[in-house]
Parts: sequence; structure tokens; C-alpha cells
Amino acid sequence: MIAQKNNLSVAMFSILFGLIVGAVIMLVFGYNPISGYVALIGSAFGSMQDIGGVLTQMTPLILTALGFAVASAAGFFNIGLSGQALAGWVGAVWYALSFPNMPAILMIPSALIIGAGLGAIAGFIPGWLRAQFGASEVIVTIMMNYIFLFLGNNILQNTMSKSIKESAETTKQVGANASLQMKWLTDLTQGSSISAGIFIALLMIVVVWFIMKKTTLGFEIRAVGLNPDAARYAGMSAKRNATIAMAISGGLAGLAGTIEGLGNYLNFFTQNGSPSIGFDGMAVALLGGGSYLGILGAAAIFSVLKIGGLGMPMSSGVPFELVDIVTASIIFFVGARYLILLMQKRIKAMDEKAAVESANKKAAKENKNPQKGGE
Amino acid sequence: MTESTPVIEMRHIIKKFGDFAANDDINLQVQQGEIHALLGENGAGKSTLMNILTGLLQPTSGEILINGKKVSVDSPSKSDALGIGMVHQHFMLIDAFTVTENIILGSEITKGLSLDTKTAAKKIQALSDQYGLSVDPMAKISDISVGQQQRVEILKTLYRGADILIFDEPTAVLTPQEIDELITIMHNLAQEGKSIILITHKLDEIRAAADTVTVIRAGKSIDTFPVAGVSSQELADLMVGREVSFKTDKESAKPGKVVLSIDNLEVQDSRRIAAVKDFSLDVKAGEIVGLAGIDGNGQTELIQGITGLTKVQAGHVKLNGEDITNKKPRHITEAGVGHIPEDRLRFGMEVEMTLSENLSLQTYYKNPISKSGVLQPAEMDKLANKLVKEFDVRAASIQVTAGSMSGGNQQKAVVARELNRDNNLVIAAQPTRGLDVGAVEYIHQRLIAQRTAGKAVLVVSFELDEILNLSDRIAVINDGKIVGIVDAQDTNKQELGLLMTGMSLTEARAALKEEVDA
Repeated sequence: MIAQKNNLSVAMFSILFGLIVGAVIMLVFGYNPISGYVALIGSAFGSMQDIGGVLTQMTPLILTALGFAVASAAGFFNIGLSGQALAGWVGAVWYALSFPNMPAILMIPSALIIGAGLGAIAGFIPGWLRAQFGASEVIVTIMMNYIFLFLGNNILQNTMSKSIKESAETTKQVGANASLQMKWLTDLTQGSSISAGIFIALLMIVVVWFIMKKTTLGFEIRAVGLNPDAARYAGMSAKRNATIAMAISGGLAGLAGTIEGLGNYLNFFTQNGSPSIGFDGMAVALLGGGSYLGILGAAAIFSVLKIGGLGMPMSSGVPFELVDIVTASIIFFVGARYLILLMQKRIKAMDEKAAVESANKKAAKENKNPQKGGE
Repeated sequence: MTESTPVIEMRHIIKKFGDFAANDDINLQVQQGEIHALLGENGAGKSTLMNILTGLLQPTSGEILINGKKVSVDSPSKSDALGIGMVHQHFMLIDAFTVTENIILGSEITKGLSLDTKTAAKKIQALSDQYGLSVDPMAKISDISVGQQQRVEILKTLYRGADILIFDEPTAVLTPQEIDELITIMHNLAQEGKSIILITHKLDEIRAAADTVTVIRAGKSIDTFPVAGVSSQELADLMVGREVSFKTDKESAKPGKVVLSIDNLEVQDSRRIAAVKDFSLDVKAGEIVGLAGIDGNGQTELIQGITGLTKVQAGHVKLNGEDITNKKPRHITEAGVGHIPEDRLRFGMEVEMTLSENLSLQTYYKNPISKSGVLQPAEMDKLANKLVKEFDVRAASIQVTAGSMSGGNQQKAVVARELNRDNNLVIAAQPTRGLDVGAVEYIHQRLIAQRTAGKAVLVVSFELDEILNLSDRIAVINDGKIVGIVDAQDTNKQELGLLMTGMSLTEARAALKEEVDA
């Protein structure tokens, strides 16, 4: 409990410091930080469409952050979330376009399973390589990001049949049978690209929390991540659990990519670089401080900043780059959590010292008075 | 006792962590030139008190007087300046540096831009000679023995002008001969006017080294008195707060059928060198077999080989006739092997998980703690509460992390978990390492109760007292091989000591006879 409270306050301080740094930078460059931030809030919450945009942005971030959290519980640093998401995205869109006549009730679950499954395979490979041969998952996943990036582009440009492509660089839109968008949600948010994906993401928070905290599998994954020797002593297979954790992690990222494909963009298009949802997901997981509710909150803050930032240049003239600086500052302060914990401690120590001193003074005064009286 | 001003006086020290008072009104007075022992069980509050004296912790209330003057020790550097030096249990030395370089680290003397190691080495040599430490200032740390490394730590404090030296469990890492040397050094230091605080729970050492002892129990200072004329039994009773027996009573063994049978076992260590060679041993139901030996003679590899944590190269391990050689650890555990590992922090527990989770570490996947793959926290806590009560594990709650508990209670938790299952065989490796007499007595009783219940018990220990106290039969291992198996009644420390060096039983008995004859 205490640790969680502390994590929450660290996250709050990180955001506060990030905003202050952003304000200082705006001032330095001659912009008014107040109107900047007002524009940011206005652009994020100004209309139902904006709110829909924030929720659309949150969806993949929640999933990739969950993926990162599961992997790190098992002692893995999964940098490959982007590639795993791409695997799901390309696979699910390709599958959906290949069967335009399959009824939605079959199409949607199978497309989700295929997307998540491809992500899981993409996560399994580095997990297995480390468990079996001790290959560093950091290097393997970074390299696999490139493999999936160019593999995805290559499949799009050279493998997919012309019949499912809009142009050389873009697929056709998936049909209504595969789309995760829901009419009432679209109407409610005035045509934002929000989809049922947000509900899947929220559901996955509960599912992952349940697996990690309430099942023997989660118990084993945590035990292996914290102390592989003791886990082996207790009869757990460190290799098996680590590999499973990486597959779950990749599966969640794959699901994020699938929802980008079937919910947000409704197609796949040539990527210039690894999708940012992978890296932003890592930051969201870190900002969430290892708590599943924290991930939800952190994803919301990230998305507000992103969507709000889009509107800042128009209504306040603050360049979009500054928003990225604010976001980066927040991540920086989370990374420097040690610094914040230290500051908290210092402040507490100063308070204690002041309290003791004032108590001493008080005591000294009280001691003096009767003595004087006695003289 | 002299009535002069004490060098150190700690008055009514209280240190609270939340609701828990680690120090609850402790008083301590140390006179100049005295060796003052601080005796207490694990978790009694000795380390907290010393951390307060060295400025690592601030007391909640109470005051510290150095030479009669009230001081506030609010940082380690303040403590240094006041002439207080700590000789840590775990040495803080850089292996690749020389003795001199290690000692001057942080307070280097410079000549222009270069280090003036010569002057420092001279000063260190002089200090070493003055106190009879015989340390070569130019030797590399990696080339000197553990005992000498400890003396480097002592020199470090002297070099910085310490007048008050705190020794934290200084003998834990030393051989018996090195312990004698250390006690001589402490006497030398005291004669030269240094004051020494000796933190320990080893009673023999207090009687050999200390002038005065302060007993701490459950955060309170119980009594301070001169050591002369006090027996170990009296010290132990005071420390624990009840009568302690060193010799655990047990009926004579009624060994049954063979439970563990090890045949011509060969196990390699991490460097792929055979650490256990052609090793054969039987342990029967209802008997305790002690495996004596000097650290590093293959004991670790043997246990890991039996329990499936390391691959066995050759030979067989059988449990009640079933071949368990190279089976998975869980298979072996489920076949009825309880294993108290020698390194409890590395193998025995998940220090960042709760006490409750740790007590379920071997049974978490079984009904009733897990139902169709879903954990049942209520059942887990029920088991934990039962074990905590039964095995007297003391912790603020079963939801605290195992790492926050004292060593003795961690060990009790591991013992509780391993003995609670229905085992055929219990392997206890260093079951009481680092524990105080109260906890040792308790764990010994539990192991003997396993024997009484008809289980086979294999105890591996470097402590001959422990082996002699527990075992019915004693096997001695040297360089991965058994050099002799003797009945506990027919042997003694001297004989075992010679066997441990690799002498055969006949050679050892002949050597001892010669000694008596001469």
C-alpha cells in the first residue's frame, strides 16, 4: 500500500515537473505558457470528437504497456513491442481483406486471435532464444523491430494481391465485417475513429491483472522474474515461464496492432519507421509504476498530451515540437524517479528537523521559565 | 567498574520504524580501553543501535555522549570525526588494489598531482606494528587471506584516527585459528587505549575476548555486567530470556530401511570440474546422518545433484528404491524430499515476495492453494498463519516481504515450509548458519523431531558442534570423496578435524593416539 501511494505521488510529481519544464521552455521561446496549456486542454476535451480521439490514442498504449509490464515481471526488457504490434496489424488486416464475405461474428474473433497470435509468436522468439541460449532479448527485439517493419512493408508492396490494395502503398479499407468501429460510438464522438478496441483494452487490464496476481501462472512468472534460482529450487521452470511471459507480452502488443488496423485506421499502409505505440507503451508502463490502474491513468495522460498537442499550434501558436518536449520531460522525470524520491526524503527530513528543533526550543523555554521563577 | 567518564554513553535510545520499536530504551556505557560485548539474538536491535552510533540512522529519542559530551551523530562522516570506526562483517575492499590503496581510499595524501602512497604505507606499517597486525601494506587484497583482509579493515579505522572500534560479527568468516588471532589483536588494541564494541551472538568469543557485556533482548538493554565468572549457559539464558539447552536431548536412533541411497555419484561444479567424485552414502529412516567437511569440498554440488538442481554426471540417487537421478526438481520434491538450502536468500526464498507467498513456494500449485490454476489467497494465508504459529516465525505480518525479516526468522520460515510437507527425506544444509543460540536450539529440536517421526535426515554443516549434536552417524567429505563414516558416539572434534583435512580414519586415530602417548 505504502509503495503504491509512493508510486502515485512520484507519477504526480513527474507530471508536475514535466509541465513546469514545458512552461519554462515556452516562456524562454516567447510563448505564453498559460494560453498554451489552455489550448492543450481545450484541444483534448473541447468536443466529443476530441475525447474520442483521446480514447482512440489510449487503446494501443494500454495494450503495449500491459505487454511491457508482463515481460518485465518475468525479468525481460521487451523493446520489441513495435515489431510485435506490426506483426498483428499486418496479419489481421491481410486476413480480414482476404475473407471479405465472412460474417462479422466469425471474422472479428478470429482476426483478433490471429493478430494477437502473430504478436505472441514475435514475442516468443526472443523469449525462447534467451531461455535456451542466453541471447540478450534487448538486442534481439531491437533487431526484430526492423525485421517486422520491412517484412510488413514488403508484404504490403510485393506479396498482397492487387485486388486488396488501394495503391502500392496502402491496402483497401477492411469491410464492415471486420471493422471494430461501432456506429453509436462513432456518432457519439462525432465521427472520431474510436472503436470497440477501447473496451478490449479495458478488459485486458482486468485479464492481465488477474493472470499476474491471481493465477499460479502469474505467481510463477513473478517468482522467476524476481529470483530465478529460488524459482528453480521450488520446481518452476524458469525457461518455460520466461518464454510464456514473452509470448503473452508479444500477444498484447499484437492485439494493440490489430486494433490499430481493424479499429483505428481500418487499413495498413507503408510504415516509415517502427510504430511509436511500442515505445510510448514502454513509457506508459514506466509512468504507471508497475500498477495496472497506473497504466490506465498513464495512458490517459499520454493521450491527452498527444491529442491536446495537436491543437496547440492552431489556437496558441505554440509549436507542436514543444508538446513533445513536455511529454519527454515527464518521461525524463519518471526515469529520474530516484531524484524525486530523494527530494521527498530531503523535504521530509527537513520537516522532521524543524519539528524537533521547535520542540526543543519549546522545551528549553519551558525549562527556563520555572528556573527563573525559582531564582 | 571504574567510575571515570565513559567513552561512549548511549542513554534511553529509542528507534521506531512505524509502530515497531527496534530499540526500546537501550542504555549502553563503554569505558576507555574496554572490550564491551553487545550480546543479543538476531533481530534484538544490536545492528540498529550501532547504525545509530555510526550515524546511519537517527534515533527517535535518546541521547549520545562521547567522552561525557552530548553529541548528535547525524551522518557517517560525523561519526568518523568523533573517532568511531566500524569493522564491517562484509569487507568493503577493492580486490585489485593494495592494502595501502584500500586504506587511503577517500582520504588520499597527495604530493602535487600524484598520490603519496609511500608516506601512507609507512604510517600503515607503523600502525600494523604497534598493534601486532602483521599486514604487508604493499600486498594486493586478492593475494591475502580473509583474516588479513579483516585486519586491513581494522587498519582502515585506525588510520582514520578511530578510538572506538565497532566489530560487527567479526568471526563469522574466520577459521578457528584466525579467531584466536583476532582476539589477541582486540586485546592489543584495548591495551593501547582503544575502546571496542563487539557485536556477536557467539558466547565462547564473548568469554574469551570481552571485559564487559551488555545483553539486549527485544530492543531493550537487559543488563550490563563483567564477563569474568559468567558461564555461557548464563549468557545464553539472559539473551534468550529462558533456559536454553545446548545439547539437544534425543533418544537413541532406531534406524529403519534405507531411504536415500547414493551410489558412486559424480557431480561437476560450474567450472565443469568434478566436485563430487565416486560418492556413496546411505541414509536410513529414523536416523540423522551428518556430513562434515570444510567449505568447498563438494557439499554444495552434492546437495544440488541430489535435489535435481545440477546435472549428475555419473552414478545414481535412489529414494525409497525409486531412481531419482537427474529428475526435475519438482519431481524430486514431490517424491518426498524436503530441502533446506544452504543459501536461503538465493535459493530458499523470494525476498521481494511476501512471507505468505514464500511459505507456499513449494505447494502454490496444489489444491487447496490453487484451484484450476487460480490462486486462493485465503488458503495461502491460512497455511501461512498456521506455519508462523507452529514454527514461531516472528514478523510484523504475513504480508511483509520476506526480505524485510531478520535472518533467523527467514530461516525459520524456510524450515517451516520444508518440514511441513510429508517428506521421506529432509536435507538440511547449514540449517543454522548465522543464527543465535535460541533459534539454533529450536531448529535442532525440529530436525530431531523429524528423525523421531521416522524420516531420514541428512545434515550438511561446517560447524562440528552442530554435526556432533545432531548426528547418529557422521560422514566426512574431503575433495568430493567420503574419507570416513563414523558413529557419532565413537568420535570427537579432533578426530573429525583430522578427517576433514583428508586423513583416513586409521591415520587419524593413529595420529591422535600418538599425541596422547607423547
